[in-house]
Amino acid sequence: MTTTAERPQLSPGATSLDTTVVTSWKAPIAFGIFTLIALGLAVFAPRAGDTTYRWSQESDVIQVPDLVVPAQQALWAVVALLAVATLSSILRVRSKRRIPLWLVVVFAILFMFGFLTWAGAGSSLPMIGLLFGSLSLAVPLIFGSLAGVIGERAGVVNIAIEGQLLAGAFTAAVVASVTGQPWLGLIAAMVAGMLVGMVLAVFSIKYFVDQIIVGVVLNVLVTGLTSFFFSQVLAPNAATLNTPPRFDRFPIPLLGDIPIIGPVFFRQTVIVYLMYIAVALVFFGLFYTRWGLRLRAVGEHPQAADTVGINVNRTRFWNVALAGAIAGLGGTFYTIGSGIAFNKEMTAGAGFIALAAVIFGQWDPIKATLAALLFGFASNLQNTLSVIGSPVPSEFMLMLPYVVTIFAVAGFVGRSRAPAADGKPYIKS
Amino acid sequence: MSDPTEPRGDASAGGDLDPDVAIEEPGAIAPDPAPSRGAPSKPVDDDVPPPSKWHTMLRQIATGNALISVLSVVLALLVGAIMIAFTDERVQETAGYFFARPGDMLFAVWDSVAGAYTALFQGSVYNFRRDTFAAGIRPLTETLTFATPLIAGGLGVALAFRVGMFNIGGRGQMLIAASIAGWIGFAVDLPWGLHMLVALIGGLVGGAIWAAIAGVLKARTGAHEVIVTIMLNYVAFYLVSWMLRTPGLLQAPGSSNPKTPAMKDSAIFPGLLDWLAPGYNLHFGFVIALAATVLVWWILSRSSLGFKFRAVGINPNAARVAGINVKGMYVYAMLISGALLGLAGVNQVLGTVTTGFTAGIDAGIGFDAITVALLGRSTPWGTFAAGILFGAFKAGGFSMQAAEGVPIEIVLVVQSLIVLFIAAPPLVRTIFGLPDPSAKPKRRKSAKEVAK
Repeated sequence: MTTTAERPQLSPGATSLDTTVVTSWKAPIAFGIFTLIALGLAVFAPRAGDTTYRWSQESDVIQVPDLVVPAQQALWAVVALLAVATLSSILRVRSKRRIPLWLVVVFAILFMFGFLTWAGAGSSLPMIGLLFGSLSLAVPLIFGSLAGVIGERAGVVNIAIEGQLLAGAFTAAVVASVTGQPWLGLIAAMVAGMLVGMVLAVFSIKYFVDQIIVGVVLNVLVTGLTSFFFSQVLAPNAATLNTPPRFDRFPIPLLGDIPIIGPVFFRQTVIVYLMYIAVALVFFGLFYTRWGLRLRAVGEHPQAADTVGINVNRTRFWNVALAGAIAGLGGTFYTIGSGIAFNKEMTAGAGFIALAAVIFGQWDPIKATLAALLFGFASNLQNTLSVIGSPVPSEFMLMLPYVVTIFAVAGFVGRSRAPAADGKPYIKS
Repeated sequence: MSDPTEPRGDASAGGDLDPDVAIEEPGAIAPDPAPSRGAPSKPVDDDVPPPSKWHTMLRQIATGNALISVLSVVLALLVGAIMIAFTDERVQETAGYFFARPGDMLFAVWDSVAGAYTALFQGSVYNFRRDTFAAGIRPLTETLTFATPLIAGGLGVALAFRVGMFNIGGRGQMLIAASIAGWIGFAVDLPWGLHMLVALIGGLVGGAIWAAIAGVLKARTGAHEVIVTIMLNYVAFYLVSWMLRTPGLLQAPGSSNPKTPAMKDSAIFPGLLDWLAPGYNLHFGFVIALAATVLVWWILSRSSLGFKFRAVGINPNAARVAGINVKGMYVYAMLISGALLGLAGVNQVLGTVTTGFTAGIDAGIGFDAITVALLGRSTPWGTFAAGILFGAFKAGGFSMQAAEGVPIEIVLVVQSLIVLFIAAPPLVRTIFGLPDPSAKPKRRKSAKEVAK
């Protein structure tokens, strides 16, 4: 029901109006606000001392020298550069040109550098730990957003990502505990996520129930089921049913020795490597294979797809099931991925963040992955800064990714367009 | 359980637009053609006598919404019973020697399920173990107390649904409303009555503004309200958490816990049944929720604003062509929706938890409200009934957990299954072998013809 309300403004005529007259001012305004924030930090909360960026761990073969920056001077430099970027964006909009993506990225990196330097003044920032942790925390979000992208590209809104993650975490914990085999847990988690996806598919495709209703209800159902069985069965028998073995970290030889990149990307667990493969496969499959073409056709224009002989509902069904399996795989991160026993509602809303990443990433697997990484980075940044002692109350740090997302959604991806038949059941006439 | 009748009543009152409510699945529209097709039954076939009145009535009962709803509840309770039975320890023990003495296991199954559901009933409707009627009916007042915020929140979500928007931000709106109402409640000195009113209005305005952020962003920039409301939930949570641990804002003076001081007596909602006997929790908030239901019903089906709301919800393109300010409607709808969820938050701090609150004051009601609105099919009185049903599950769930050791999460399972089944009438009909209302009255005959 929400998506139908969205569409009218996004019809071709309205979009061109919006982008030329109104939309393009959003980026300069957002730039200006962030520049003012940085300026405010520099003026009202000046910080003395140097900030040290540490790029290596003691155990690394190749040591990268630390980067030492005088905090206050660096912040002023950043403010100046941000102001330049804002001015250039204003000039570009006035001459009716688009803001290039690289400018946004450079702006974001500059702002982040300025903020980190300011927050870490007088201490050293373990960059490897920060980035490594960000990637780990982003893993379930990335799997979840891939599931969302596949579902929505096929025309089925997948709000049940949260439920699929939770089902995956639960099943992985139980199966891996009973068998002692994390790999079996991984497979079981995929099956569990797939079952949740199939329920979503059956109700939305066969019975034409509103997809958002089914998704919301499935989240509640899975939360209820897992919590019930946790209290009733797992908690009394924790030793046999809820002590999952964990996947050990598996450093990839050679690749893992590359400075900076190696420790962050290639000394992770198997689940993270599976994540790389999944992102690559989904991206390639979606845009360069027959499967992907059919999937997108079914989500954009089911009538046309049906006319050329694609079975719309069958395609949707199996792709929603596949999406469920991917999300279930993401759920394994919580239990066998980190060796933690299952607990009630342990996904804590990650499915909704993944959903936000899908829309933030404009229904594109790579962009959605980047959005998920941003969320992972932000939540880990808070952990790191609370360790070194940040001047900002930790709540505001935790709030940051969500505020940034609101800005981003309103400023940059407000004009994004969902697949045309997203959320609409296909009733063959 | 009485919810199916309410939405119907509202549908007839709300005019012919209602069957097309965005939230109803296509199948729900089907029952309408059935009577019209049944009426001119003569031309269909001459050698078959026209169906008797009884037959038609039975058919309507068998295919109507009411029966589907009742059967959905029965089916969901059945699934719940299976879960209770399978996880019961005595059932598991007796299952070990099932083939030697099957009676033992069957008895254990009956014992566990009947015990749990009896506790559920006694905790939510009437407790027969009490001596007086006043004490016996206390569970029902508990049900209404639990139902109050669910009704208010459900109305908010339902109203947004009717305009084609999905407000997942109930948690954030409740938290902001609760903080403002709570702060006025414990930090400001005002005479009795006025204090309560000011706190209530403050909370409503807070919830409305917090929700309106999403509405304005959607109207101005096209930002998807689902993302924005989810994000605002987290922002509100961390904002309130910070205020709760900062002295001078919300934290109780002289305490290091992230908790507010107790509300002043002049701001607390008065109890409705204190004259009967002490110990009843039902408070004035229920009356406000009832008034809110009437107000939402009036807005949606009697006011021109409500007409525009429904028009935008059904087809924003057509609404715009008809001259309705679609973007303005998004903002107004979120304002009202947020105020209603704010009412749920205010109800929590001024009515239910008056001894000071923490960041968990929303108690998941913001999300429960979505399920309530879905079960109520986004109609005001349907939401009201669904809120009472879920309130009963909540009240009974606690006593079930206390008396029988059945985890309260079973209630979540039953609730979600009810919504799922009600949303898919064909599934329920298939399970119980009921006739399909969209099929022709003489089903066998036509089936034969198809076979030929």
